[in-house]
Amino acid sequence: MPETKNDLANLQEDVLDAKLSTKSLSLNMGPSHPASHGTVRFHIELDGEIITKLDPEIGFLHRGFEKSCENSTWTQCLPYTDRLNYLSSMCNNFGFLTAVEKLAGIEIPERAKYIRTIGAELHRLCDHLTCVGAMAMELGGFTPFLWAIEARDILWDRVAELTGARVTTSYGRIGGVNRDLPEGWVQKVKDSLVRVAELRDDIDALLTHNRIFLERTRGTGKMSAEDAINYGFTGPMLRASGVDYDVRKAHPYWVYDRVDFEVPLGSEGDNYDRYYLRIAEMKESERIILQCFEQMEPGPILVDDWRYVLPPKNEVYSTIEGVIGHFKIVMEGVKIPAGTVYSYTESPNGELGWYLVSDGSGRPYKVHCRAPGIPLLGGLEHMVVGSLLPDLIPTFDLINMIGGEVEQ
Amino acid sequence: MSSNFGMMTTRREEAQGFLERLVSRGLGWARKNSLFTYPFATACCGMEYMSVAGSRYDIARFGAEFPRFSPRQADLLLVVGTINLKQAPILKRVYDQMCEPKWVIAFGVCASSGGFYDNYAVLQGIDRIIPVDVYVPGCPPRPEQVLDALILLQEKIASQGHKLVDRTPPAPEAIAAASAQNPQLVGGVK
Amino acid sequence: MSEAVVRRIADRFGDKILRAFSQHGDEAIVVAREDLVEIARFCHDDEEIDLKMPVTLTCVDYLGEKPRFELVYVLYSVKKKHRLQIRVRVPEEDPEAPSLTPIYRGLDYWERYVWDMYGIRFSGRLKPLKRLWMWEEFEGHPLRKDFPLRGRTGQIPELDIQDIYRGPGPGPKSRPASRAAEPRPSQLPIVK
Repeated sequence: MPETKNDLANLQEDVLDAKLSTKSLSLNMGPSHPASHGTVRFHIELDGEIITKLDPEIGFLHRGFEKSCENSTWTQCLPYTDRLNYLSSMCNNFGFLTAVEKLAGIEIPERAKYIRTIGAELHRLCDHLTCVGAMAMELGGFTPFLWAIEARDILWDRVAELTGARVTTSYGRIGGVNRDLPEGWVQKVKDSLVRVAELRDDIDALLTHNRIFLERTRGTGKMSAEDAINYGFTGPMLRASGVDYDVRKAHPYWVYDRVDFEVPLGSEGDNYDRYYLRIAEMKESERIILQCFEQMEPGPILVDDWRYVLPPKNEVYSTIEGVIGHFKIVMEGVKIPAGTVYSYTESPNGELGWYLVSDGSGRPYKVHCRAPGIPLLGGLEHMVVGSLLPDLIPTFDLINMIGGEVEQ
Repeated sequence: MSSNFGMMTTRREEAQGFLERLVSRGLGWARKNSLFTYPFATACCGMEYMSVAGSRYDIARFGAEFPRFSPRQADLLLVVGTINLKQAPILKRVYDQMCEPKWVIAFGVCASSGGFYDNYAVLQGIDRIIPVDVYVPGCPPRPEQVLDALILLQEKIASQGHKLVDRTPPAPEAIAAASAQNPQLVGGVK
Repeated sequence: MSEAVVRRIADRFGDKILRAFSQHGDEAIVVAREDLVEIARFCHDDEEIDLKMPVTLTCVDYLGEKPRFELVYVLYSVKKKHRLQIRVRVPEEDPEAPSLTPIYRGLDYWERYVWDMYGIRFSGRLKPLKRLWMWEEFEGHPLRKDFPLRGRTGQIPELDIQDIYRGPGPGPKSRPASRAAEPRPSQLPIVK
């Protein structure tokens, strides 16, 4: 029984400090959710608002990519590869074709290499714009999203003039690219890049020193360099943790050893670094495209070998060799010599690897795509456990997990 | 075009008096110009959906501005992208949770007919499980195609009969099938 | 590019490496499944080799050959910039392999992918083995060469196509569209 006033105060303090027992809450952030890009289902266990366990469940977009490729010819696989990372489909196309050409041992002409680089960098711009815009929208800022979509629409107009389609292009062919640059396209792209740079600078100005944005992204989703390597991270997620690995610099392909660009590196491995790295990479992509325009020379865009490339139409209609070449490629598929290869390019999300097995016929025996998003998703739990539930949103958005490539 | 549809009905249960037709036209106008969309976005068509909702190919000028990410609050289910067999029960459940009147647009060839994914994992068209009002072909369709589909849907809504209070009871087979449906919903949704 | 790596592993492990070859610029070694964990741990811990990043794990189904499956691990070193493929053959009668997730945590999802698509179990994992893409009740392993492209297991009720002129959708025998779809067995072959 409290005798004096002091005792009463002490008693109340004890009661106030007593710990209430809590139960952990199982939350299901379901497959049809606006903040889950693509369809991912999270089984989350929460202690208050702190995440104790996170288990992503995927498979809601599995479209049987590998099985479909095994039942089509090598060229028919191209539209399937488009739809893997559908935000940067030219990167997927060209990565797959680089692997096939490595297996066949053919070397594509110089102009084709330049065009492939330009196409890949244009789609890299689109991918980073969408990632940054969508992340800003999830955090509550709708304006950067609209600016990013407008910039992306401008770029897609240029891509549609070049390839014929906006999103899923199927532009490359075994031995080069499908068609040459249209008239006046180079100047149009330079003007478009100026406008895209303005919009990107607007987004940068709105987000980079924004107090709310900093509070939500600084210090959240941290990943140390050793853990990132152990989980198999590549691309912007790895470079934000300070590890300098970019396939374009480490193992240059196409014309990346002839253009001058930098690879931005982060220092702390949190969400803010990843966001700012994508903005910086957009600036570098612009530089690469402009340098490619200066260095390009006129020339052929397809290798001159009728075993891999369709013969030109005037030959097909006049000579017997043209007809036979055309017939064999279309009916039986391009015959790639038997063997296995692992080839890698830098897609906007990381290292896009292709493991191909050929048995010498016109159809692939196995096409395995090393999607950069799969290890990133595997590391999501490590990044987010112990922090608040709202920290999951910018982390998951900056992983840029594209449903198409993670679930093939 | 929308007024002609009313002229061609001859069935007894669809005949309406003058005031009823006036109300129906008014309700049709109101409903078509304020569609609340539920973008059930899964795949590449989702990128074109973002463009359609963006500022250049504005879907807001047709009244369908706000996506409502809850089926209880939406009346247009925009199925965007490939629906595979794991997602199919979820789509059916979302569709069942929407209140009448509701419409469905199948956005893209994958939603319309399975696209070029004719394999073990993909549902060959969402009309195998839910009824569809407008199909939009394209892989992915251009935003102008989607806006054309929306205009077609708006004409369809305007020509349908709308009532202020709908007193037709739901069909008994629908109730029996809906309650028997639950054991069939397998596939990843526990 | 990484012949020095292969030579160093061969110096240490000698005849545990069944074959080593180089194809299109990549070195690969073929090992038996019993030695896999040991060799992988050496690759991870050794200073000179320094293969710390797990790039991918995939499986190839050589139907008709014995042993039937071949697991392919690709490892990479960020500091030394070389990569190595490790290949392991797994027979069909005993589709089991040791897991490398205690050493490389990034192989977690890839092992689930191999289990889901090919049916090879991994023992000694940090987390339980579950399917990655197909639903848990699915029967069969889709990427095996004897699984048909359009196989169905009959678990999702779909409408039949009745009318070849109008194409997909409710045919003349199905209910009108506003009623719930009647579940019926699918017309595609049911795969057990």
